[in-house]
Amino acid sequence: MTELERHSYDVVVIGAGGAGLRAAIEAREQGKRTAIVCKSLFGKAHTVMAEGGCAAAMGNANSNDNWQVHYRDTMRGGKFLNNWRMAELHAQEAPDRVWELESYGALFDRTPDGRISQRNFGGHTYPRLAHVGDRTGLELIRTLQQKIVSLQQEDFEATGDYEANLKVYAECTVTELLKDGDAISGAFGYWRESGRFILFDAPAVILATGGVGKSFKVTSNSWEYTGDGHALAMRAGATLINMEFIQFHPTGMVWPPSVKGILVTESVRGDGGVLKNSEGKRFMFDYVPDVFRAQYAETEEEADRWYKDADNNRRPPELLPRDEVARAINSEVKAGRGTPHGGVFLDVSSRLPAEEIKRRLPSMYHQFKELADVDITAEPMEVGPTCHYVMGGVEVDPDTAQSVVPGLFAAGEVAGGMHGSNRLGGNSLSDLLVFGRRAGMGAATYLDQLGTERPKIAEADIDAAAAEALAPFELEGGENPYTIHQELQQSMNDLVGIIRKADEIEQALGRLAEFRGRIAKMTVEGHRQFNPGWHLALDLRNMLAVSECVAKAALERQESRGGHTRDDFPGMNAEWRKLLLVCALQADGSVSVVRKDQIPMRDDLLELFELDELKKYMTEEELPA
Amino acid sequence: MSYKGKFRVWRGDADGGDLQDYEVEVNEGEVVLDVIHRLQATQTPDLAVRWNCKAGKCGSCSAEINGMPKLMCMCRMNTFEEGETVTVTPMRTFPVIRDLVTDVSFNYEKARQIPAFTPPADLKPGEYRMQQVDVERSQEFRKCIECFLCQDTCHVIRDHEENKESFSGPRFLMRIAELDMHPLDAADRQKAAQEQHGLGFCNITKCCTEVCPENIKITDNALIPMKERVADRKYDPIVWLGNKIRRRPA
Repeated sequence: MTELERHSYDVVVIGAGGAGLRAAIEAREQGKRTAIVCKSLFGKAHTVMAEGGCAAAMGNANSNDNWQVHYRDTMRGGKFLNNWRMAELHAQEAPDRVWELESYGALFDRTPDGRISQRNFGGHTYPRLAHVGDRTGLELIRTLQQKIVSLQQEDFEATGDYEANLKVYAECTVTELLKDGDAISGAFGYWRESGRFILFDAPAVILATGGVGKSFKVTSNSWEYTGDGHALAMRAGATLINMEFIQFHPTGMVWPPSVKGILVTESVRGDGGVLKNSEGKRFMFDYVPDVFRAQYAETEEEADRWYKDADNNRRPPELLPRDEVARAINSEVKAGRGTPHGGVFLDVSSRLPAEEIKRRLPSMYHQFKELADVDITAEPMEVGPTCHYVMGGVEVDPDTAQSVVPGLFAAGEVAGGMHGSNRLGGNSLSDLLVFGRRAGMGAATYLDQLGTERPKIAEADIDAAAAEALAPFELEGGENPYTIHQELQQSMNDLVGIIRKADEIEQALGRLAEFRGRIAKMTVEGHRQFNPGWHLALDLRNMLAVSECVAKAALERQESRGGHTRDDFPGMNAEWRKLLLVCALQADGSVSVVRKDQIPMRDDLLELFELDELKKYMTEEELPA
Repeated sequence: MSYKGKFRVWRGDADGGDLQDYEVEVNEGEVVLDVIHRLQATQTPDLAVRWNCKAGKCGSCSAEINGMPKLMCMCRMNTFEEGETVTVTPMRTFPVIRDLVTDVSFNYEKARQIPAFTPPADLKPGEYRMQQVDVERSQEFRKCIECFLCQDTCHVIRDHEENKESFSGPRFLMRIAELDMHPLDAADRQKAAQEQHGLGFCNITKCCTEVCPENIKITDNALIPMKERVADRKYDPIVWLGNKIRRRPA
């Protein structure tokens, strides 16, 4: 029998970013005993990296804004592949979720009349992003962290124990979900600090583990983003959708090499920054696709007027959705019009006074000054695309966030559907809050329906999970996990990156099969106490499974849409819009991809669009009569 | 552009350890954390280090570099001479777990002892109105990434384990100041700052401000104003009289 510590909870939330914390707050407020399990220290999750803001149609900056406009923008951004019900709930509930944060103590930047200020962002019709300078993610996570502490203080008042109903298990990694028949019965993991095993006996598990960026070489994501939740879900029998859609953020740092990929916030462009090639040309005017032509300016003069008078001018093309801008930058660099370090110029220095830049973009000023010796108030930045976000994730019910596995829920980046083929900037923080809360409610409802008959954990499953976790220590003389990780990242970057081709994706699949063999034989040195080599070895399994989903789905989808660009199928195809690609794990450990029809959009939501616009995306039969 | 850098890294655990010397490749534009990662990948796969964002935003990779509390991800290698030995040790104020990783749970315990933001009773979510100029004071303190370097450097607890119980440290005294200056917080913070969190221990040497990677003026903008508020309350005769009158039983 495996030696381990055991805990019993109603709900276990895996991940302590925005979605996980909001889910935990909800579960606890619904009266459920809740554990939060996270790989890092409490308050360090990747949400802190979000810069620009949280999209919510509060209408503070422009009173014409409302949920319907936000809904339309979100669907357009995702090229109509989004799960429309999720996009609807998101647009409707985001304002309440932001206002709620103020009651937890958040301090957003203000409008002159004292309300929450809202800023412009790519793809959003009106200024919509609630923000705090360019450190909005930090404000969000700190606020939620402090709300958790405040709930713990309430529990302390009532019971004398801060952790009676809500406890954070920090630096603790879940390696396996356990089931009783079809339903979730718990989660198995290890403490990073000691390497000792830990078991959570819980009928409801909420995945809030974020994304998969660490499978790519150039990425804005931190080490935690190894696709754990995606892989855990699949191993537990859940399905993933939209895995072919990876967002390459157009503006990551390109120099120096050690910081390549670190994010440069879209707010730089939202606040007036422009993109130029080595010839000094604002090239984005050449890249406005037909579907967006009506909404974007054709001349620099009109684009510049928009910043002052948005109602009577069209938007600058620098503010197209991220997929469009990333592809444009890629094309400019390929055409030989890039910067010395292989990016393009992003210039805000000639657009705003130095003091204003420092006030609006303090983190960016700091980041470039400290890491690249560049003063962004005096010279342009060099930027290029970086792997930023995975649109794909666990297939969930929009209202309850439950996966196809009873008791398994997912929210935030690890869930799929909400953003379709491309996410708009600012829609991630709002997604975390809206669906984090819904996952917490969904789990609570599930528990209420479950009654007292709880799924049980089988001892044999615990032993199997323990053996799996210790496997990397068993072999001697094998490869070091760091080497395999670097090669995996390079392969995904080169072969399933921003522009894809069938033969390259097939090559990637070949390499992934080879990595599978090598991962099974790798060796970890040292012992179990805080051993990063061992941690990486376990995470690598997840990165491999997720990479296989991305590559297989990318090969299957024969069109270009949002975060999936096929050089051999350059156009968008309305027939493909109706199809979701669903990934599942086979008995032999390989990934299967199955086509599934989208549920047609509800009529009242369809009516929010002009027929002419729908024609650009939908087949003849789908259009309203 | 690349050279062999000399690194001296503390290796060990709660039972003890020592500095070990390494020679490791350093490339243009790198920071100390890059070199630590290269050590992991090529020479010491089990070297324990805590890190996350590698962009100075999460505050995980705190350590002491040549004796100075710093974030490893924001400490550029070109601030050292090529032949210079770079010494990396764990934060001294907190117990070592292993190598560069320390047990920072002290900070989470202190965070819990500060009553949370208390929302105004008469306002519903969405009704909050605050002026930018009024939120800016607290916003400065909310830039804190909780790297705990200020806690590490503060001499009140750095070599005085016995003070930890009665002193919350600059990070959490600043949190109290943040709440006290929040335009809509409904709770009283000043008495507890002095009596429970040890504001009086601080003798404004500004070491915390000096090491703050976010450049927050912890001493000038949070701790000194907080001390003034406490002193006003405690010693101002009119405030004293007002308190007496208000407390008189009806």
